Amino acid sequence: METEFTPLLSAIGGCLIGLSAVALMYFHGRIFGATGILAGLLAPSSAQDFSWRVAVVAGMISGPIAVALVTGSLPDVDIPVSSNMLVLGGLIVGIGVTLGSGCTSGHGICGLARFSPRSLHATITFMIFTFISVYSVRHILGL
Amino acid sequence: MIMRLLSLYLIGLMFGIGISISGMANPAKVLNFFDIMGAWDPSLIFVMGAGLLVTVIGYRLVLAQDAPRYGDRFRLPTKRDIDPRLIAGSALFGIGWGIAGFCPGGAVPALGTGRAGVFIFIVSLICGIFITKRILHNQTAP
Repeated sequence: METEFTPLLSAIGGCLIGLSAVALMYFHGRIFGATGILAGLLAPSSAQDFSWRVAVVAGMISGPIAVALVTGSLPDVDIPVSSNMLVLGGLIVGIGVTLGSGCTSGHGICGLARFSPRSLHATITFMIFTFISVYSVRHILGL
Repeated sequence: MIMRLLSLYLIGLMFGIGISISGMANPAKVLNFFDIMGAWDPSLIFVMGAGLLVTVIGYRLVLAQDAPRYGDRFRLPTKRDIDPRLIAGSALFGIGWGIAGFCPGGAVPALGTGRAGVFIFIVSLICGIFITKRILHNQTAP
């Protein structure tokens, strides 16, 4: 399934993602890692620890709704894989980001922006393995 | 208190809008970015490039301050070692991302679209995080 090349929208979206990471550091002194924010919700250390995470996650979920209020339609979420693959992928991502202490936002944006060698190794590793995974699923298994 | 929570909500909202318009919440687009030998869509390099550029400059300015606006100190990761756990975990994350097309930062905002597939992924993701945390916790406990 082809998707449209959207360099301008993607760059604007990237700027907003970067601005939110900078704002979270400026106001609250925290790294914007989706994995860390989500994982901390499962076992919050205090009421305050729980409340800041809930507020950020609520904002994140409101994002597409805000877009729909302005443009009149929800952003595209086309899922070209089966439910079984969503379950399997979700489980493996959950294990991986917990062991690897981060994902695209935490390592790929915030960590690289701090020139962290750990995040550089993590980002190169997951980019290579995502490529191998997509290639295997689409061109070897033909799913 | 209210201002603190409101600012957190607005920061999350900005992230969610950015993810939505960038295409990161759209598995078809994410998977095509990695499918260089197939229906390649290079859009996501612009997400990463622009996001990184803004954050590099912004962090440089912000981290030169003494403390964040609401809080006593900047909470930066303290781990420094590049160990097998970091590499194996990142490899697994990549494998899973390639199978489902969602990463955590893309999937959480995508929940707002109400699509059933997003909920399936998120429930599974949370199970994976929970199980792994339990195992890691049991290993380190005496």
